[in-house]
Amino acid sequence: MPAERAKAPAPAAPDPAAVPYLPRGVRLRHCEIRKGWFLLAPERAMKLDPVGAHVLQALDGVRSLAGVIDHLAAAFNAPRERIETDATAFLQQMRDRGMVHFRGGSDE
Amino acid sequence: MNDATPVATLKAATAIPIPVAMLAELTHRCPLSCPYCSNPLELTRRSGELDTETWIRVFREAAVMGIFHVHLSGGEPAARRDLPELVAGAVEAGLYTNLITSGVGLTETAFAACAEKGLDHVQLSVQGVDAASADRIGGYKGGFETKMRVARWVTDEGIPLTVNAVMHRQNLDRLAETIQLAVDLGAHRLEVANTQYHGWASVNRAALMPTEAQARAASRIVAEARARLKGTMVIDYVPPDHHARFPKACMGGWARMGLCIKPEGKVLPCHAAESIPTLEFDNVADRALIDIWKNGEAFTAYRGTAWMPATCAACERREIDWGGCRCQAMAYAGDAAETDPVCEKSPAHGVLKAALAETEIVQDDFTPRRMGKRPTA
Repeated sequence: MPAERAKAPAPAAPDPAAVPYLPRGVRLRHCEIRKGWFLLAPERAMKLDPVGAHVLQALDGVRSLAGVIDHLAAAFNAPRERIETDATAFLQQMRDRGMVHFRGGSDE
Repeated sequence: MNDATPVATLKAATAIPIPVAMLAELTHRCPLSCPYCSNPLELTRRSGELDTETWIRVFREAAVMGIFHVHLSGGEPAARRDLPELVAGAVEAGLYTNLITSGVGLTETAFAACAEKGLDHVQLSVQGVDAASADRIGGYKGGFETKMRVARWVTDEGIPLTVNAVMHRQNLDRLAETIQLAVDLGAHRLEVANTQYHGWASVNRAALMPTEAQARAASRIVAEARARLKGTMVIDYVPPDHHARFPKACMGGWARMGLCIKPEGKVLPCHAAESIPTLEFDNVADRALIDIWKNGEAFTAYRGTAWMPATCAACERREIDWGGCRCQAMAYAGDAAETDPVCEKSPAHGVLKAALAETEIVQDDFTPRRMGKRPTA
């Protein structure tokens, strides 16, 4: 119901110190035939854009969100602020859909 | 030689959709005897089942051709002692691996082994909301308690759980309790599945088909629960199409989204396709899966729109519902190449309406499914 949704507080941005990871039942897969990266969940396959694919490939269950951003900034030789904006927004969106979980930091 | 031929071949090849999912019916063996079993009247015996190595080869072929999800099903897949090896084979191939089980016959050791091999998801069927009603439908005493235990193993492992509740006239009035049971079991998703009248289920149609009033009440209950459970549990519900104006795009369209492999290796465009007597099915033991998908007779028979009768070919919904269900056309119109009789434009729509009139006759006795038995009715 829209009225209820409007009352709910806006979900907070993830803590940079928390470690993002794919929960059990969510799987990242490259498809040769469709030429792209996909995120698989029960009865679902979501095609990832290049940003999403790079961010999710950088999740190793050890790196914090800040670590993921550092890693991508180094790997792509790109300005850290831009990576931070894109990666944080993407992971927040995926978290709110239950496709990415966070452990540690103030989110737990 | 000019290059017209290769280009034309390429075009034809790319017009064939890439399948997304595969239903692997590992066995027909099952300890339950549900009256709505949609498996065919003739079941494959254990001796006819594909062996471990063949299944694992098929999983690899499936992943290479672009299939994402494999649903390990049956019968009861836990009846296969090699279930953990099959899970491992599917996961190693790169498939998203879902186990569709009744829970009955699944040991804690076998389940733990499947989980360890990387099982992604479990879909657990429930036949009713308490032991008395569930075990009557499933025909297996203690089945309900077993399911409750299996659900705990799944959620304790952190594996996402879907509860699959097959609904029919004899349990549809308890839909609200069924939804609550799924919440209590920790399911993240509930499939409220209406009985489909294929295979054994067709024998029991009179005892199982919900009334129109029940179908309407169910839609209301689902709508209310979806709003209330937002963020807790997703409810998948497709209203029974016997009461609809237009048919469903059965299987997302024939030979478009997925395929089904029977215990002996026959490859079907849909789980019930054997009810169409004119179709010939290839076997993975003889032919590569991708070749069967692209060129197999059963797959090309009703793929796309070229096969359609005039009613469908002229219809603006032809690429929305793809002519509906071929098996339903076979069952009610006597011809699989006819418009699905659910469609109000179908010449056989009246036959379906007459079948619906049967649902007003109260008859609660059903013939339980037993392996090796034929229906007596």
